[in-house]
Amino acid sequence: MTTTIIWTIVAITVLGVLLAVVLYLVATKFKVEEDPRIDEVEKVMPGANCGGCGFAGCRAFAQSCVESANLDNNFCPVGGNEVMKKVAAVLGLEVKEKAPMVAVVRCNGTCANRPAVNDYDGLKSCKVKAALYSGDTGCFYGCLGCGDCVAACQFGAISMDPETGLPVVDEEKCTACGACVKACPKKIIELRNKGPKGRRVFVSCVNMEKGAVARKACSAACIGCGKCAKECPFGAITVEHNVAYIDFNKCKLCRKCVAVCPTGAIHDINFPTPAPKQEKTASKPAAGKPAEAGKPLPVKPAEEASQTTDKKEE
Amino acid sequence: MKKTFSIGGVHPDDKKISAGCAIEVLPTPKTVYISMAQHLGGPAKAVVAAGDKVKTGQVIGEPTGFISAFVHSSVTGTVKSVGLYKDLAGIPVVHVEIETEPDEWADGIDTTDTLVTEIPQDKNFIVDRIKSNGVVGLGGATFPTNVKLCPPPDKKADILILNGAECEPYLTSDYRIMIEKSRQIVVGAALMKRVLGVNHVVIGIEENKPEAISKMKEAVASLASSSSDYSGIEVVALKKKYPQGGEKQLIDAITRRQVKSMGLPIDVGAVVQNVATSLAVYDAVQKNKPLIDNTVTVTGECFPKQSNLLVRVGTPLSYIIDYLGGVPENAAKAVSGGPMMGKAIANLDAATLKGTSSVLFLTEEQTRRKPETNCIRCGKCAEACPMGLEPFLLNKLARNGMMDELEQNAVQDCIECGCCLYSCPANIPLLDTIRIAKGEVIRIIRSRTAPKK
Amino acid sequence: MNKLLVSPSPHIHSKTSTHSLMLDVVIALLPSVIVSVLYYGWSAVTVLASSVVFCTLLEYLITKYLLRRPTTIGDLSAVVTGIILALNLPPAAPWWVALIGAIVAIGVAKMTFGGLGQNVFNPAITGRVFLLISFPTIMTSWGGAKGFIGGVDAVSGPTPLGIVKEGLMQGQTLDQIFAANDFSYLQMLFVNIGGSAGEISALAVLIGFIYMLARKVIRPYITLSVLVTVAVFSGIFWLVDPAQYTDPLFNLLTGGVLLGSVFMATDYVTSPMSDKGGIIFGIGIGVITMLIRYFGSYPEGMSFAILIMNATVPLINKFCKQKKFGRA
Repeated sequence: MTTTIIWTIVAITVLGVLLAVVLYLVATKFKVEEDPRIDEVEKVMPGANCGGCGFAGCRAFAQSCVESANLDNNFCPVGGNEVMKKVAAVLGLEVKEKAPMVAVVRCNGTCANRPAVNDYDGLKSCKVKAALYSGDTGCFYGCLGCGDCVAACQFGAISMDPETGLPVVDEEKCTACGACVKACPKKIIELRNKGPKGRRVFVSCVNMEKGAVARKACSAACIGCGKCAKECPFGAITVEHNVAYIDFNKCKLCRKCVAVCPTGAIHDINFPTPAPKQEKTASKPAAGKPAEAGKPLPVKPAEEASQTTDKKEE
Repeated sequence: MKKTFSIGGVHPDDKKISAGCAIEVLPTPKTVYISMAQHLGGPAKAVVAAGDKVKTGQVIGEPTGFISAFVHSSVTGTVKSVGLYKDLAGIPVVHVEIETEPDEWADGIDTTDTLVTEIPQDKNFIVDRIKSNGVVGLGGATFPTNVKLCPPPDKKADILILNGAECEPYLTSDYRIMIEKSRQIVVGAALMKRVLGVNHVVIGIEENKPEAISKMKEAVASLASSSSDYSGIEVVALKKKYPQGGEKQLIDAITRRQVKSMGLPIDVGAVVQNVATSLAVYDAVQKNKPLIDNTVTVTGECFPKQSNLLVRVGTPLSYIIDYLGGVPENAAKAVSGGPMMGKAIANLDAATLKGTSSVLFLTEEQTRRKPETNCIRCGKCAEACPMGLEPFLLNKLARNGMMDELEQNAVQDCIECGCCLYSCPANIPLLDTIRIAKGEVIRIIRSRTAPKK
Repeated sequence: MNKLLVSPSPHIHSKTSTHSLMLDVVIALLPSVIVSVLYYGWSAVTVLASSVVFCTLLEYLITKYLLRRPTTIGDLSAVVTGIILALNLPPAAPWWVALIGAIVAIGVAKMTFGGLGQNVFNPAITGRVFLLISFPTIMTSWGGAKGFIGGVDAVSGPTPLGIVKEGLMQGQTLDQIFAANDFSYLQMLFVNIGGSAGEISALAVLIGFIYMLARKVIRPYITLSVLVTVAVFSGIFWLVDPAQYTDPLFNLLTGGVLLGSVFMATDYVTSPMSDKGGIIFGIGIGVITMLIRYFGSYPEGMSFAILIMNATVPLINKFCKQKKFGRA
């Protein structure tokens, strides 16, 4: 009896030691040599693995940072400047600061503004709906309301407003990773400058239809009348394909455009007072350069943002 | 045992309630809107401008590229505008708007009813006529017919199959032309036979259309006795099973050859054309008449007046519907094409295209989707899939965006026939997700193979 | 005019739904239910009713209060589980046994995995096996039921399989056992008193099988594969040593082979998707059942066999795909 127990203990101990040796040998033989700095960089990353940077995850991003000579092409939209500074510190590189961005939904097509003309009965997915037809309203360009952007957001920053049927971005949570921009088949969501104190002005419409047609489909559509472009003292607004676009790098937040827009398609966010109607507004003026803002549909998103999206598409 | 394809398939009620209605000519509407994108491939380029006078059968759109087709004016009148007009999905497409006047045919078109049975010797003449008269496949895909009839030189066809299966429920336009224009169809078949240089032509018709089978057999027999140009044409009755009219399924049913994944029918020596295309080929070659009208079935249990109409291309759907008494009260959905593969109509003001085969009205009860419930893994979708795929699996992979696995599980082979969604007891929108995934996977495959060439 | 509906194709749907499929299974189970009620009387009614009610109620409560989703009892799958569980219980089982069985079947085996379609193991069998292991005495005492027909007191003895096992363990040969007991195969086919409610009549189960085939609820491959395997396996052993091993017909007609292969092995959720997979699945069940019957300590092995094979289903599904069009 006792001998059995002793033998058992001995056998198992010997087996254990043997296996440990085997494990050790295998581990050393198949060891993958990696730059230790990748681990260090990964440590300072947010760890969300959202892919907003254009890489498969935080580790892939870290690897790319370590391998590249400078950080100009790498930017973590989630961690922002702070994280990039840390990354730069680890690698001993320079980093250019970038203005914080936020996702902006550019559609005014609330249930009230844009009545439904048919009843969609397929899978609740914008992708499926967009591939099928123009959508359940008269507007071919507007939000389809199935919430692909909500599903794409890893930070819970977008939710559908049941009243308007439009997605709402929670700017506190939004990290400007751009996942929603990629998820939206209508390319309605754009990454824009967050602006001082979160104040920003944008055209909340991408409808390229002629004014009357756009207006018929949605009472708050941009009709491409061009009043805002004429009003803008900084040349930040361009009207192309019947829709206005505000270049946020040039916009000085004077809100004159908001006041003149006949349909209310231009939105101002986070201003303490409502946009002054018709009266002269005295906001911080600055020099205006000729605007070159692109076509509205393949919206020219923030230069920085477009880089990240482009990379993913390759 | 009648022939049919080997894997899967479903048996929806065929509901050919408009089968008894002879083809009626629809009066020309006041205004027609002729789309420049009526075929697969590059949209045609409009060659008329506002204010131009056009005659019936005159070219108004020219092809842009190898896979593209001519578009002709279906009416005589004045061009009002050339611009964006919404198609039936509500998507803006370039259309030519023409205000009609009484018909005046363009030169060189034979508008008589005389049957011309003599087959021209010159292949190029036939192909040119088919091309210049804008004939496209009328079975659904609207692929330019002349391109399909000229396979690359390294591939040789040995059989031409005419698709008269019309396996979709409700549709009867092909059935009616097979009864009323059987001889013209057979002449069209002989023309294509000459072009392809094949000796064997099979006209496949499902067994639920006995009258069409006998009429076609009769036409083949009488023409075969008149000239050797008509030898080697036979009519084959097929077992009723959806999707028999799918190109790959029909080839399998008739020849037992299976087209490889991502392959074309020509890879197994077969060319498939719809019977309506054959009729269009007859008109184009023997009568020099462009494809400017086609037979449209207007049907549905809730629709009071079943009909098969000969409709000019570009006629607004709303005009056709109003002519027959308007949209019925209890209609919940209008479909262009059959209930299995047709497109839901979002915009009733849209105009008909060359490939429009029907306007079908369905009631709420017939068509409204029921709430999706858990997959019970019954395997009915896999049993129904005519391509032998596993829709339940593809659906899961698609929802998780697993592209590599989707490709391994052959999502690219999907023919979008709808059998999976039709048979799913849990009402899971299988095809909705699979269709999107298929598109993405095919894009990936193309982008991978393209640079190598 | 109303707003038009717009959806991707197809625009029509077959009339088959989860509900209609499950209803067909319930109808297919009816012959067995009727036979068991006739021969086991009120006891069978109690067991059936309590099992069905508990299963349905539990599913309702769990979906409503634990999962907080729309309830799924409308699909009738809980009713099917309830009936199958009841048919697997001894006729005189008390109601609380049915309750415990239902808790394990619905609560543990089905809903914890996410409800219908998500479970790995067949709920009814999981419930039954749990009871068999927890309450072996109750689960193997077959007496105490009084039928509406078939004599005043249809008190039944142990099952034929039990008698054989017992006999063999005591060193008797099969000839002796068969001589001592009156096993009529004809009787087994029609009505054989002994065993759980669903095991009384092979014919009733077969009627259900044919009904399900006719309604295209199931395909025959799994069932046939189980039956053929059982027959072949026992046939080989019987030919080698008829004194030690029971013959194929005896093995097919007794115990849960028929009930299991028709109603439990063919459960959609826990069986392979493809026909090829189904055949492999069936062979596995047949072999394991016979191994347990011949060499195990339990007289019957059908439930264990199905549960063991349930676990292999994901693997079978992965490797047994149906032939794809145009691919070698």
